[in-house]
Amino acid sequence: MSVSTTLAPDDEYLLTRETPVQRRRVRAAWLFLTPMLLCLALVAAWPLLRTFWFSLTDASLADTGDASFVGLSNYLFHSGAGWSGILVDPQWWNAVRNTLHFTVVSVGLEIVLGLLVALLLNVKFTGRALVRALILIPWAIPTIVSAKIWSWMLNDQFGIINHMMLSLGLIDAPLAWTADADLSMWAVIIVDVWKTVPFVTLLMLAALQMLPSDCYEAARVDGIHPVKVFWRVTLPLLMPALLVAAIFRILDSLRVFDVIYVLTSNSSSTMSMSVYARQHLVEFQDVGYGSAASTLLFLVVAVIAMAYLYLGRRQLEVRS
Amino acid sequence: MSPRLLKKTLLRLGFWCLIGILLVYAVFPFYYAIVTSLKPSSALFQVSYWIDNPDFSNYAAVLNQASFLRAIGNSLVVALCVVTLALFLSLTAAYALGRVKFRGRGPVLMMVLGVSMFPQVAVLSGLFEVIRALGLYNTSWALILSYTIFTLPFTVWVLTTFMGQLPHELEEAAIMDGASPWVTLTRVLLPLLWPALVTTGLLAFIAAWNEFLFALTFTLTDSQRTVPVAIALISGGSPHELPWGLLMAASVLVTVPLVILVLIFQRRIVSGLTAGALKG
Amino acid sequence: MKQLKSLLPTALLGLCLGFPALSTAANLTISCGAVGAELQLCKEAVEAWSKQTGNNVEVVSTPNSATERLSFYQQILSAQSSDIDIIQIDMVWPGMLAKHLLDLREVLPANATQGYFQAQVDNATVNGRLVTMPWFTDSGLLYYRKDLLEKYNQPVPQTWEEMTTTARAVQQAERDAGNANAWGYVFQGRAYEGLTCNALEWISSQPQGGLVNAQGDIVVNSQASRAALTLAKSWVGDIAPRGVLNYTEEEGRGVFQSGNALFMRNWPYVWALVQSQDSAVKDKVGVAPLPRGGATGTHASTLGGWGLAVSRYSANAKLAAELVSYLSSAQQQKHRALVGAYNPVIESLYQDPELLAAMPYYNQLHSILNDGVMRPASITADRYPRVSNAFFDQVHGVLAGERPVDQALAELESELTRIKRRNW
Repeated sequence: MSVSTTLAPDDEYLLTRETPVQRRRVRAAWLFLTPMLLCLALVAAWPLLRTFWFSLTDASLADTGDASFVGLSNYLFHSGAGWSGILVDPQWWNAVRNTLHFTVVSVGLEIVLGLLVALLLNVKFTGRALVRALILIPWAIPTIVSAKIWSWMLNDQFGIINHMMLSLGLIDAPLAWTADADLSMWAVIIVDVWKTVPFVTLLMLAALQMLPSDCYEAARVDGIHPVKVFWRVTLPLLMPALLVAAIFRILDSLRVFDVIYVLTSNSSSTMSMSVYARQHLVEFQDVGYGSAASTLLFLVVAVIAMAYLYLGRRQLEVRS
Repeated sequence: MSPRLLKKTLLRLGFWCLIGILLVYAVFPFYYAIVTSLKPSSALFQVSYWIDNPDFSNYAAVLNQASFLRAIGNSLVVALCVVTLALFLSLTAAYALGRVKFRGRGPVLMMVLGVSMFPQVAVLSGLFEVIRALGLYNTSWALILSYTIFTLPFTVWVLTTFMGQLPHELEEAAIMDGASPWVTLTRVLLPLLWPALVTTGLLAFIAAWNEFLFALTFTLTDSQRTVPVAIALISGGSPHELPWGLLMAASVLVTVPLVILVLIFQRRIVSGLTAGALKG
Repeated sequence: MKQLKSLLPTALLGLCLGFPALSTAANLTISCGAVGAELQLCKEAVEAWSKQTGNNVEVVSTPNSATERLSFYQQILSAQSSDIDIIQIDMVWPGMLAKHLLDLREVLPANATQGYFQAQVDNATVNGRLVTMPWFTDSGLLYYRKDLLEKYNQPVPQTWEEMTTTARAVQQAERDAGNANAWGYVFQGRAYEGLTCNALEWISSQPQGGLVNAQGDIVVNSQASRAALTLAKSWVGDIAPRGVLNYTEEEGRGVFQSGNALFMRNWPYVWALVQSQDSAVKDKVGVAPLPRGGATGTHASTLGGWGLAVSRYSANAKLAAELVSYLSSAQQQKHRALVGAYNPVIESLYQDPELLAAMPYYNQLHSILNDGVMRPASITADRYPRVSNAFFDQVHGVLAGERPVDQALAELESELTRIKRRNW
């Protein structure tokens, strides 16, 4: 999906004057939209509004019917003892930091690695189709399963990763991958990168195949070094696809939950915003507070997504 | 050997090394899951790289449970229905959003995307109430309907992009001939969209197949449970024991169909996504 | 082919419309046991009862993880749904779920809980209402390697300090003898409920140690806790691998059962597994009460366990209560102990010759259970998850070396005070 086409459609060709044909088309458009909107309204409207409403109450999971309105005090509240609420909860800000850290590093790595792998697989060689198919496996495995496989492999005593690194002499004592505060975020990132690189690779491969070959011909005739060709020609042409891949990854990374929950549970060194929200919502039974956290999460994601789409559109316009 | 030939050979060697590393990196965890699933429970806590004496008891145990097979069946039905429903709804929507310029188009697109910005756990209890109010609790319909909450935004966006990039001459010709929008969509545009439909359908299928939280909450009895829940419900003889062998066997059994699916549709995905991703 | 393609969507739609139909309703629905053997036992018992009484009962399986199971139940109960009549609940939940549960005293005979461990009955009683029928219990045990203690001529440790010295000495000796993976002690150190159980044992075994007392006072910032946590912190990276900070029951068992640990804190379920045919330590394992905290301390085991409760929204509450009393009868408890090693909550069963013959450690278990400590779940009611979370978070921080013991205890105290506000 393309950022620019979706937000600023290239539809000048459509009739823009108010004609009967155009009016009929608009009517038909709304008619065509209705089933989808109805379905979304049916399943999403109530839960979302309810989350927003509960964020303003003191509802508890044990009995949500018994909630009373408390205004914004789940977010921020001043009592005699001082400020309280999510916005002054160091745990929440820790979760925000962790999530942003996770998103920046893992999306960054995924994009770079995905691109490299795509460049590698763009070279013609025997068995290319099979290799291309095999690298998709990580993407097809359910997250809940792959996180479990990894937590087994990363186990400090009988995990195969430590075993390998020990026998290769890379480390001299087993590492406590998921327990050590310094390592656990990296463990989470490794697993997430492993899982989603294929997705990026796929998009990049597609993009590479679409590159106009005449640019390359010209570059080769001029005797330009391949590395320079990559920076000057290939990368700029790949930019739109890269941006598209990145928005998907950013949205998902900001809401990351299962990988972290299965690998490291509620440990504060890896707690993401979603894990924080779940902890309050489910484990602490505090539907009001948890809903407020979810609403804040939504706002953070929305702001970042809008900023990204806006910047991405500018970028794409400049390119074309 | 001339220096040039040497350089070429070294380059080739390096290239194949890279391919090898890549393959190991991508496939090794899955391979290791297979190795683990073929070990008897006592050998679990020892590291081994190869399959020697494969022990199929874990697979037999998983497949012997009627509820597991039932769960696979349920998952298939749910995922197929979700795909059908999501594709139908987003196809019509994508026609409107991708081919027609009208006021409110941008907000509709943003709203659709916004639905998928909430953490899943937050919408859970609200959705639970909706499901109960509709009387769908503990039926496959509960899952089919609730899965649209995360498949629809995705399918709508992707199909809208594809739709917007189809050459407009085709549609203009159809309009000249006096074809209604429905006929234009189904007769003229749809045939061109097959690659896109396959791509998004596959992605929606994987998402529905792998979903856990909704499936756990909206179904109650074994006869309605889906695969991820069935895996989560596999457990050892006692509350704290984790039967790794069984878990891995079940995971492999569940993943293999997906891998085969991906292999079959691989070409389609690449060509399908290409059309949309690039012309931006 | 073309025709097939156009038929496909129609066929799929037809399938979708036709397939999902409601399943047939049963008289009763019970959720008991998540796991293999447990579920099997429950199913058999339920079948026997339905044959006897002619009622149709459906057994529903639930997730293994206690947190997931709790939120699953809460979802159903807070919707006031009659979909489940009987649920199996953890002994830390009664305070949280009480208002959705039936007072069993209203429907069962007055002597229904006669002969039960008093602590269990007290824990199941909220505001004078018996909301849960205790069913089976669990307690922390010290597993040790008989062969290694004999080899190095060491006694079974009576205090945590002794345990530490013995573990260190044997670990060193074993490593010198060539087992580089030898460890002294493994426990549940991940930041989760299991760490609450472990840490509660450490501090409760010290003189005057505790977290929240029966009156609801926060007593955790004490000399006892300081001593206990300082000692526990010294284990990590010394006699316990650093990875213990992310261990649950199973990771610890993995280390112990593959012969790489001298001591392990774990639940009774481990007994059958470490004694199984293919275990590397079969017949080399002993079970003892957890050590005392210093010479003047006491043995303290955190009690776990599960009970059966009837939903207030059940359409057949009376019938459901009858099934509960059948399942928790002495005869059933004994059967479950024999077949599945589920420890009964009826005291007299610990003198039962048949059970003693099958499980020699039952003699000790009785006193361990009598010395057991309950997590402060009844008194803190629906705040318990927060209390437990704050507790294991701070303890985890101490073990990981992120903060000093004094600071952690002070922070914990003020956090608990904040959670408590005026009253629990």
